Amino acid sequence: MNSDLLGILVLYFLTLALAWPLGRYLARVFKGEKNALDFLTPLEKGIFRLAGLDARREMSWQQHMVALLTINLVWFLLAMLVLCTQGSLPLNPDANPSMSPDLAFNTAISFLVNCNLQHYSGESGLSYLSQLVVITFLQFVSAATGIAAAVVVFNALQTRATDKLGNFYQYFVRSLTRLLLPGSLGLALLLVFSGTPMTLQGKQPLVTLQGDSVAVARGPVAAMVAIKELGTNGGGFFGANSAHPLENPTYLTNAAENLALCIIPVAMVFALGFYLNRRRLALMIFGVMTVGFVALLAPTVYYELQGNPALSPLGVEQPLGAMEGKEVRFGAAASAYWSITNTVISCGSVNSMHDSFMPLSGLSQLLGMMTNAFYGGCGVGLLNFFAYLIIAVFIAGLMVGRTPEFLGKKIEAREMKIAVIVTLLHPLLILAGTALATHTYVGNPTEYAGWLANPGFHGFSEMLYEFTSSAANNGSGFEGLGDNTPFWNCTTGVVLLLSRFLPIIGPVAIAGLLARKKYVPEGAGTLPADTATFGVMVLAVIVIIAALAFFPALALGPLAEHFSLY
Amino acid sequence: MKTQLLPAFRLTLVLLVLCAVLYPALIWAGAHLAPGGGQGVTVRHHGRVVGFANVGQKFDRPEYFNSRPSAVDYNASGSAGSNKGPSNPEYLAEVHTRVEAFLQQNPTVKAGNVPAELVTASGSGLDPHLSPAGAYAQVARVARLRRLPVVRVRALVAAHVEEPIFVFFGPAKVNVLALNLALDDLAPLPRR
Repeated sequence: MNSDLLGILVLYFLTLALAWPLGRYLARVFKGEKNALDFLTPLEKGIFRLAGLDARREMSWQQHMVALLTINLVWFLLAMLVLCTQGSLPLNPDANPSMSPDLAFNTAISFLVNCNLQHYSGESGLSYLSQLVVITFLQFVSAATGIAAAVVVFNALQTRATDKLGNFYQYFVRSLTRLLLPGSLGLALLLVFSGTPMTLQGKQPLVTLQGDSVAVARGPVAAMVAIKELGTNGGGFFGANSAHPLENPTYLTNAAENLALCIIPVAMVFALGFYLNRRRLALMIFGVMTVGFVALLAPTVYYELQGNPALSPLGVEQPLGAMEGKEVRFGAAASAYWSITNTVISCGSVNSMHDSFMPLSGLSQLLGMMTNAFYGGCGVGLLNFFAYLIIAVFIAGLMVGRTPEFLGKKIEAREMKIAVIVTLLHPLLILAGTALATHTYVGNPTEYAGWLANPGFHGFSEMLYEFTSSAANNGSGFEGLGDNTPFWNCTTGVVLLLSRFLPIIGPVAIAGLLARKKYVPEGAGTLPADTATFGVMVLAVIVIIAALAFFPALALGPLAEHFSLY
Repeated sequence: MKTQLLPAFRLTLVLLVLCAVLYPALIWAGAHLAPGGGQGVTVRHHGRVVGFANVGQKFDRPEYFNSRPSAVDYNASGSAGSNKGPSNPEYLAEVHTRVEAFLQQNPTVKAGNVPAELVTASGSGLDPHLSPAGAYAQVARVARLRRLPVVRVRALVAAHVEEPIFVFFGPAKVNVLALNLALDDLAPLPRR
């Protein structure tokens, strides 16, 4: 077996081996049981005292959501303020200008919602103050927000009937102190010792060996890159994201960053099992997610290792696979693995340029974001999956003629409506957005010529990808798209907002409604949710919804391009 | 919502100090112990900083081992890939031109054997590496222009091949800047 494939296999199993104990640890943290980082309790108490919060007050699901939305609003205003004035604020050694209001709107929203779509390049678009106070800060708190929301759902799925679902600030702050901060610290130190800069000095001008004058951009990179991956944020310090040799210097840092972005989403699935003491249920969820993940990974690795069929007739030898947009130190296999982990998980960092991937690889990346529930983002991946679960329970219940129940709670019309709205909102935003963009472009191709870097089917894929990435809160892109225009900044900004908060509120509401209901002990008449049969059912629901919603759009873009190439 | 606004604001301030000041400061302090002291690892030649160890630079003079095509011309004040799709006719024409130019400069290489990375742009535009094949394909040309025996140049490349990590993981590669520095030490660049 070649060294490229072995590298990604070891990486995947290492991720699982670490995610299992991390899941157990997280369950203990959020249940408030004894755990290894209890020495941080005074720090957390200090935080709550300074903020004037009572972290023991139990909240209903509505109170949770009010708390979540309020603090998100504060962060949005802070981000807008800094981004629009960064040009005249300190820590700006390269004298980068303030952002235009539409770009600031897009950027603030994008990082607030954990998407990290970037319509600027870090080297020229942000000051170091913005990188720290807006970008790094939001990368921490948006990830913690997602995790806290997922924990509310964990809490609600217990067997008792109650309104009280713990304290939002408690979950939120603990996600930071017990998970994201220590984890990022470790990863950042590894990066720093591998050659990633962590400095407040500006670009370094130099004359190269053969005599060209260039400048090398630097900055407080390591701190930001660590939380970018661990928090499944994905927004790069530099324009080229983790393809940049200072942001991701070696094959080992690449493996570490890739592991970091996968570990929390996977661990959260296991944490659900430990938290509810339903490990079989967690394994069922993990199994379904893994089947989906592998189904998207396999073709991508295959096609990238094969190389671009259009290059061979030109006399190019491709023993390493398709190298356009890829770095030699990672190779095609690790780049393909990275691209699929980053699209099924809503991280969206890139170590190679997705725009230059083979058409079916691009299709797999798109499908990863269109389903958005195979592992998924920090906390929110599980919330998306939860909506699919509810639908599957309902359909399965109807098929076998039993009352639809999930974990001993009856699923009724109200929960179903919410689940369906959340699930269908996603394709609606993607398809309506793409339709609007395509319509605008076709109406005046000369005026919008700057939008597309590639003609034909691939150009359509670029627009489809941008809206899919926004709606999935992913943030990666077919970066050939000229997206820093008021049209793209505003439309994707709106899509980002809707597709972050509704898919959080919906599942939390369902869980909150279920929590209030009387617990019916599971008996002979119950449809068991922790079996392989039910897993197949859930997978079928996900596949059918994705196929019905997205097949026509995919046929016009990547599929058409594939058949024109092969 | 109103009653939540003040605590939310205060919590934000506290967390700003924690996540955007203390956390980066800790890493910044740790970075002073790292190679390069957190400024990035620079490479010196005859006392002059000629580049960063990890950041690729442009080598297009035929007397050097050439680096990959770059969408940002190796100016590291920015970074980007070409973002060209695999079926884009303009892109394919561009690759065709690069292949022709390479074959002309390296007549010992047969058509059909041009290493892919030498005619495709990297993701960052700053790729510091080539595959061993990409370096070996240029040996004959470099040896001729530097008036060195081919075997010596070939041995120089072989000495600069970085094998997969622990023999098993990831691709083998050659750092182009390190290789060219060693080349300059072996046979100084002829004056034009």
